Amino acid sequence: MSTVSDVLVVGASAAGLATAEALRRKGFTGGLTLLGDEAEPPYDRPPLSKQVLSGAWEPERARLRDRDALDALGATFALGDPAVSLDLTTRGVRTASGAVLRADAVVVATGVRPRVLPDQAGLGGVHVLRTLADAVALRSDLRNAGRLVVVGDGVLGAEVAATARGLGVDVTLAGPQPAPLAAQLGPLAAGLLADLHAEHGVRLRLNAAVVGLVGRDGRVTGVRLADGDVLPADVVVVALGAVPNTEWLLDSGLVIDNGVVCDAGCRAAAGVYAVGDVARWHHERLGASLRLENRTNATEQAGVVADNVLGADRAYLPVPYFWTDQFDAKLQVFGVLPADAEVSVEDGDVTARRFVAVYRRAGEPVGVLGWNMPKQARQLRQRALGQAAVPR
Amino acid sequence: MQVRVDEDKCCGAGSCVLAAPEVFDQRDEDGVVVLLDPEPAEHLHAAVREAAEVCPAAAIALGTRA
Repeated sequence: MSTVSDVLVVGASAAGLATAEALRRKGFTGGLTLLGDEAEPPYDRPPLSKQVLSGAWEPERARLRDRDALDALGATFALGDPAVSLDLTTRGVRTASGAVLRADAVVVATGVRPRVLPDQAGLGGVHVLRTLADAVALRSDLRNAGRLVVVGDGVLGAEVAATARGLGVDVTLAGPQPAPLAAQLGPLAAGLLADLHAEHGVRLRLNAAVVGLVGRDGRVTGVRLADGDVLPADVVVVALGAVPNTEWLLDSGLVIDNGVVCDAGCRAAAGVYAVGDVARWHHERLGASLRLENRTNATEQAGVVADNVLGADRAYLPVPYFWTDQFDAKLQVFGVLPADAEVSVEDGDVTARRFVAVYRRAGEPVGVLGWNMPKQARQLRQRALGQAAVPR
Repeated sequence: MQVRVDEDKCCGAGSCVLAAPEVFDQRDEDGVVVLLDPEPAEHLHAAVREAAEVCPAAAIALGTRA
């Protein structure tokens, strides 16, 4: 039985909203408040680099829930008011506007923000992509852009490059890896992805360290590489990963180490939990401290946090998952795909660019990759990695 | 309970099939969601609610029968 009568969720994006929804689904009828730094109602981020950036969707279509569904939650949304501090003894959160909100349980869901280059502040034409406003601003700038340089060869950078190329923009993708997403996909699939980008006319500057930006009259004109080359640019997107939004917690007494450090059940302190991109928790089955920025992590972790807020003692044991859509390729990645894994194609055909591969270490499956075969990838994932999204 | 799916939003993760295989499936060719039962029986409601919440593309909406 739970004695929690009210819950404060700090963060009103995917993980925060999912926590609130899971609490209600599991029968919680007490007070529920979501505090958000942005004034926007909760919206989804994966479409920002794809459908919203391309213009296929109006920005409003990225909203996670319609008005009726939000109303049905019976929650108070305090939006546009960032949290600035947490008092662990009272579980009180102070906000930028000076309000103090207190609850029996506090769930930290403040997410991450883009890492930036040291010299990008104040330089026109340089973008990051995290918020809906970022996507709208980048889309607007791309309309007049001849040349875009994307700095960063991870998921976001590669998606932005593909979407911008689809808009007819001249695109260069620069990053330190031998192929886009090499760290996440391993050599086989990252190599195919590099081919795909090249075929669509994206210039790849691989194995290239970006050292800074070049500008004139307050506007970016290029990106400087370690070898001295300058890639000319009218618009630059910096996609160098993200840092957790934990500054507001530095004096709280919580352990902060590249995220809010939690136990196996996502508890950071008595009555305090963390969920989503910001949470670093102990994955008992993998024996590792993890912080996942994957979209499904937000909702799956929310389910476990909601159970634990309500008195359960449930460890969070997800099979990590992400997907990415670039040009005509739809990739699904379950588990992990280490560079040294044995790869066996178990459905489809690599040359047809429609296949599913299982990645094994010492004979044990550790990951499944689907390339334009989402359903078959999910089925192989169930066979190789277990039936449940989050095993109990 | 009335279930609606938005095929255009669906990203093919298959989270809904993991949560409620009696109600959701995926197309063989592109993985897009297939709604097997738009008015699932009561014993499936909890699983369907979970499927709607965990969908990473917010492509499942639930309503009550009109």
